[in-house]
Amino acid sequence: MALSHLASSSPSRSANLLKPLSSVISLRRPISTDTTPITVETSVPFTAHQCEAPSRTVQTNAKELATFFRDMVVMRRMEIAADSLYKAKLIRGFCHLYDGQEAVAVGMEAALTKKDCIITSYRDHCTFVARGGTLLEVFAELMGRQAGCSKGKGGSMHFYKKDSNFYGGHGIVGAQVPLGCGLAFAQKYCKDEAVTFALYGDGAANQGQLFEALNISALWDLPAILVCENNHYGMGTAEWRAAKSPAYYKRGDYAPGLKVDGMDALAVKQACAFAKEHALKNGPIILEMDTYRYHGHSMSDPGSTYRTRDEITGVRQERDPIERIRKLILSHDLSTDKELKDIEKEVRKEVDDAIAQAKENPVPEPSELFSDVYAKGLGVESFGADRKEKNSHGRHLDNTRDDPSGEVIIGLCFHNPLPA
Amino acid sequence: MATGFHGVGAAVAALSSSPSNSFDSKKLLCSPRRSFPVRKGASFVADRSDGSVNLDLNPKARRAQQLIVNAVANKADSSPASSSSKPGHELLLFEALREGLEEEMDRDPRVCVMGEDVGHYGGSYKVTRGLAEKFGDLRVLDTPIAENSFTGMGIGAAMTGLRPVVEGMNMGFLLLAFNQISNNCGMLHYTSGGQFTIPIVIRGPGGVGRQLGAEHSQRLESYFQSIPGIQMVACSTPYNAKGLMKAAIRSENPVILFEHVLLYNLKERIPDEDYICNLEEAEMVRPGEHVTILTYSRMRYHVMQAAKTLVNKGYDPEVIDIRSLKPFDLHTIGNSVKKTHRVLIVEECMRTGGIGASLTAAITENFHDYLDTPIMCLSSQDVPTPYAGTLEEWTVVQPAQIVTAVEQLCK
Repeated sequence: MALSHLASSSPSRSANLLKPLSSVISLRRPISTDTTPITVETSVPFTAHQCEAPSRTVQTNAKELATFFRDMVVMRRMEIAADSLYKAKLIRGFCHLYDGQEAVAVGMEAALTKKDCIITSYRDHCTFVARGGTLLEVFAELMGRQAGCSKGKGGSMHFYKKDSNFYGGHGIVGAQVPLGCGLAFAQKYCKDEAVTFALYGDGAANQGQLFEALNISALWDLPAILVCENNHYGMGTAEWRAAKSPAYYKRGDYAPGLKVDGMDALAVKQACAFAKEHALKNGPIILEMDTYRYHGHSMSDPGSTYRTRDEITGVRQERDPIERIRKLILSHDLSTDKELKDIEKEVRKEVDDAIAQAKENPVPEPSELFSDVYAKGLGVESFGADRKEKNSHGRHLDNTRDDPSGEVIIGLCFHNPLPA
Repeated sequence: MATGFHGVGAAVAALSSSPSNSFDSKKLLCSPRRSFPVRKGASFVADRSDGSVNLDLNPKARRAQQLIVNAVANKADSSPASSSSKPGHELLLFEALREGLEEEMDRDPRVCVMGEDVGHYGGSYKVTRGLAEKFGDLRVLDTPIAENSFTGMGIGAAMTGLRPVVEGMNMGFLLLAFNQISNNCGMLHYTSGGQFTIPIVIRGPGGVGRQLGAEHSQRLESYFQSIPGIQMVACSTPYNAKGLMKAAIRSENPVILFEHVLLYNLKERIPDEDYICNLEEAEMVRPGEHVTILTYSRMRYHVMQAAKTLVNKGYDPEVIDIRSLKPFDLHTIGNSVKKTHRVLIVEECMRTGGIGASLTAAITENFHDYLDTPIMCLSSQDVPTPYAGTLEEWTVVQPAQIVTAVEQLCK
């Protein structure tokens, strides 16, 4: 494509000649490191409730777009692979797939740091990967193996990654939102200058505990951002049948809200950055991500009894998040179609390798049945459930002991160790 | 505005003038009627912008000061001066709970209290009185009436390392938070493969009171006992109330501390020095030879009353307050069964699926060979607690029934 710019000498192309030579000839800088700013407009403007909507114009760059593309391709590929594994009975139980919604995970991550917390529902595979989880951890956990992120004991709905502040992974609809507000409380308590994104779906939006938690967060000025991933169906029930008011971003009433096109990763990024800034100053805010899932609610739901196939293919053609980024990359000449296809091939191989590795991984040892039910330690003699045998204990995470000298070393809340 | 961590009473003045990037503590003051101009208790602050931390946690100073600091203005009877004749100090059970809580909040800045009316009101049973003034609104938090969400928030905060103490105004209200307690509190350590611990304490009064009506007289130990991952303890004296409170706060596991509405005004002399009670240990109340009586919480007193009668009749009962409802201290219980060969369980929990039922099963499974006679279990009736006084009395086990039961066991 670059050569064609050189070859044609029409006046409208003359601007290209002013570009650095390297970007015109095929010796242009590789896409993955180019950070020259590019300005893009989001697909639709934001709709705001009780606040000023952020601008439609988003700053990005080639490196970021490449990362978005690659990450979303990984997520898409991973979810499709999980579908096949489930049908092959290697994944059992519940498996809720996120394909179609990747832009939310990827855009959010771009606006945050690892100090910010994310907590979500059971549709958590891609959010886990966005927070730094590896494909091996994903597939091993899905197949119930030792190398899984929860040692095979959590399953699809219980992915966690403590070191990147990813708090899971929750099976009960809506229960993660009070937890998320608790995370925000801890951030305020410890003066972290960080925020918590508590994600839930349009189905969970009707849970009372959400409004309870929002009320407390607003009263206590917590840096909590409630994100409704509105994929328009709560399992098999369409949003208009479940919610009297499907304008989820407005349902916070006193809390400001923003409606975002959740299929546009850049819009998501802009909204999340705006929300983070807002929450740190003014307390909770609600984001509604207008998104869509291609699969059914879970693997046991074909996804076509409550919506038409035309609807699904329509969204896939017009709003697919990966296609949007691909078009952006191609229209800004940041890469070629072939390069992008090569990335997809590479990702496919990566996913297949991870699956192969996960298949080789052993199932948990029988003793794991009883481990991690309780946390042992503290210097207090701690026995098993029948107190017939003594269990050995070690010092626990935060090194608190009960000895009378009262020495306390606090590791988790503060970043500087205290003077003894 | 006052800043700096109020760790030691004497050191407050020095700390209170340091500037910091603390939050606006006035904003958190919910009630405009508050007349305190500046709360000496200050919000807790870690001033990290300049790298130093405004905390006074010098252990020796704190320990030496602790005894005096504990005497908040309205606790005159617990100051050392009045008890100079005997060691220790005398106080009521709710004060013992408060003392334990306060000492732990002094010792570890991550401990915070959440509940309805725990802050400005001082707690519906006065367990948290004075703590909001001392520690500020960020550490003693008044919540709206929303058990499900504030218990969930406590659990979320615990996942990051904070150590909240969630108070249910009555244990019965915690039924509204059952999902959070069962699914999140109990299970997250396991389902995350050990990544998160939930060092939360959930406490509150339960049990049959004085004609409070069915919904406020619930015995819910049985509901929570099957939840994997939590520990349950029941306090019965000021000594073990303070000790269990402290141990529960220091534990890395979620602990549910069952208090009893009628025991809050028990008076006892407790030691001055720092002590905790092992969460998993039962308490030997009265050693004996003829029969093992296992009990907890308020029924301990009914048992001791019955024991007086029994001793007069020539029996020698061994009374054990099991304290730990989950897990059972089968070590102590087993040793006792091996000695006496007869077991009577006296509890306030419901008959069906109660603590007594589980304990009966556990003892039978483990110590069947040592039993001379089947285990007898006296529980409260499987009825909603009636309002009428006489009916309410018959709902719970009375000392006369205990005496009859022992006589029958020892025949």
